[in-house]
Amino acid sequence: MSLKPDLIDLIYLVAAILFVIGLKGLTKPRTAVRGNLIGALAMFIAVVVTMLHQDVISVTGLLVAIAIGSAAGVVLALKIEMTAMPQLVALFNGLGGGASVLVAGAYLAGNEFAARLASGDHFSDVLTATAASGLIGAITLSGSLVAFAKLQELKFIKDVSFPGQKILNLVLALASIGVGVLVVQQPGHANLWYWLMAALATGLGILLVISIGGADMPVVIALLNSYSGLAASATGFVLNNNLLIIAGSLVGASGLILTRIMCDAMNRSLWAVLFGTMQSGGSSQSDD
Amino acid sequence: SASHLILLLTVFALAVFLGVEIITKIPPTLHTPLMSGSNAISGITLVGAILAAGGNNGTLASVLGFSAVVCATMNVVGGFVVTNRMLAMFKSRK
Repeated sequence: MSLKPDLIDLIYLVAAILFVIGLKGLTKPRTAVRGNLIGALAMFIAVVVTMLHQDVISVTGLLVAIAIGSAAGVVLALKIEMTAMPQLVALFNGLGGGASVLVAGAYLAGNEFAARLASGDHFSDVLTATAASGLIGAITLSGSLVAFAKLQELKFIKDVSFPGQKILNLVLALASIGVGVLVVQQPGHANLWYWLMAALATGLGILLVISIGGADMPVVIALLNSYSGLAASATGFVLNNNLLIIAGSLVGASGLILTRIMCDAMNRSLWAVLFGTMQSGGSSQSDD
Repeated sequence: SASHLILLLTVFALAVFLGVEIITKIPPTLHTPLMSGSNAISGITLVGAILAAGGNNGTLASVLGFSAVVCATMNVVGGFVVTNRMLAMFKSRK
């Protein structure tokens, strides 16, 4: 069974509205639980409808993948100790960013891209979105995993800061953007440039977070959450999907505002968090 | 086409403004649950992952797509469940 594309887009609109209502609900104590459930309902609707898309040929394998992801997610969410919840959010956030990297990578490896390339089609807009999705997604992935490792106090990770770190951050940022531009300008080698860019951005994500002390980590996770929304939104431009654009940019924007609010509550500078210039070993002043 | 791109950009811009407007005064106890709940929503990339994995796209794209489905599903399902747990915790504390 498959649904008509117009009907799918219409149901996506319903899901988008439910996401807005759910997110709004999460901002008030009285409606927070319901808001979270409405968000989950919206996601459920979106997933079911997507499974009925005409391009989705075999559902069986997908159901297996979803079952694996659901089981792992539920077990982690229910087994984790209360005090370890922030790092679990960081871990989930990293997985979301990683998924955006993989989806954009899958687009470049797929048949549709190959066909457009062969036809000499100009599609620098889609390629720009692909590069943005991979770049932001990779920073989210590695940055979140470092935040997780730090909060979990894994032995192998320490507060690392060294002279010239900010310059190295800048160099890595410029290099990954530069290679991202090559993805757009040389579509014939897009796959090669894409994964090189993702590797550079992974390194950047690690360096941006590794020097930040554990007390500042909630703010960093809030910012990385905003990034994962932007990555999902960019993926929406790649796949021409309104729901990804709406839900992603909703989280991207609200996440940035939440980061600023948390910065104010904890006496931190938003700019310092944005550019990875936060002092290491800040004193604990957690408010929640 | 260009007009279609502009339509997508319009949707993007309006959703950004909506996201900014939704967040007003948040009580500090809700900072972490809000972050966690919106993080689960950002797992919407799952929809993209399903389209990438489910299509007739060749082996490499399918492998990448399936990995993306597993990662994004963990993000989504785990995210909503852990948010629910956080909120239940606050409720029982009152």
